Amino acid sequence: MPVDVGYAGRQYPPTAAYEVGRQKLQEFADAVGASHQAHTDPSVARALGYPDVIAPPTFAVVVAQRAEAQLFEDPAAGIDFSRVVHADERFTHHRPIHAGDRLVTVLHVDSITVRAGLAMITTRAEIASEDGEPVTTVISTLAVRPEDS
Amino acid sequence: MSLTVGDEVARREITVDRARLVRYAGASGDFNPIHWNDRVATAVGLPGVIAHGMWTMGAASSVVADWIGDPGAVLDYQVRFTRPVPVPDPGAATIEVTAVVGALDPEAGTARIDLTVAVDGVRVLGKAQALVRLS
Repeated sequence: MPVDVGYAGRQYPPTAAYEVGRQKLQEFADAVGASHQAHTDPSVARALGYPDVIAPPTFAVVVAQRAEAQLFEDPAAGIDFSRVVHADERFTHHRPIHAGDRLVTVLHVDSITVRAGLAMITTRAEIASEDGEPVTTVISTLAVRPEDS
Repeated sequence: MSLTVGDEVARREITVDRARLVRYAGASGDFNPIHWNDRVATAVGLPGVIAHGMWTMGAASSVVADWIGDPGAVLDYQVRFTRPVPVPDPGAATIEVTAVVGALDPEAGTARIDLTVAVDGVRVLGKAQALVRLS
């Protein structure tokens, strides 16, 4: 089944809150080799002006992909994940994510284009605090290869 | 900090093995089997298990964060995934990260850091740019 281009322009309702924990940030920082102590030592983070330990720059993908699942796990969208290749990714941080944040995400499907069977899907996850303060914008483009390639 | 466009500000080699990919899968929640299962990876036309593009992007960002001394000073960070990074077993792959000042905005107090991320001298990321706040 081809990707349904009719999903372009869609906006999903806000997700349930994602609670950012110190241990999760440490686990993610370890995995990418982010050794700065602002990820693990609250006193170092506070000395830099943050309320608690902060996330590495790409941690927001963990939050964003929960919102993106609304699109990718929707069978009617026709996205075969075994044919998906990540094309590009961008994080714009309005402020750093820190432990204790409760983050709500609104997913936007900014564009879906199909050329020669190759579908390019660009999503934008707007991550905010529960009271609406913008935190991070995550823009991701995936390429879905056609079935005969 | 006195910076000039073209300055190389950081350089690091980072190794990645299969255990690292399993760790990243768990930490990130990205359990796509092409990052841990050779049978699945080769069935979709890859040479074998490849690193998560998001692992490579994350590992490269720590080079910038360590240089600037504050991971929260990375205001914007973008990459294109241009080439997969095969991760052998046994063994490991090594990514070579070089960070160069691409542009300066004295009024905003920011610098654009351009990253070259390569494996065996071949670039695996394109347009890898981090906008950082200079303190």
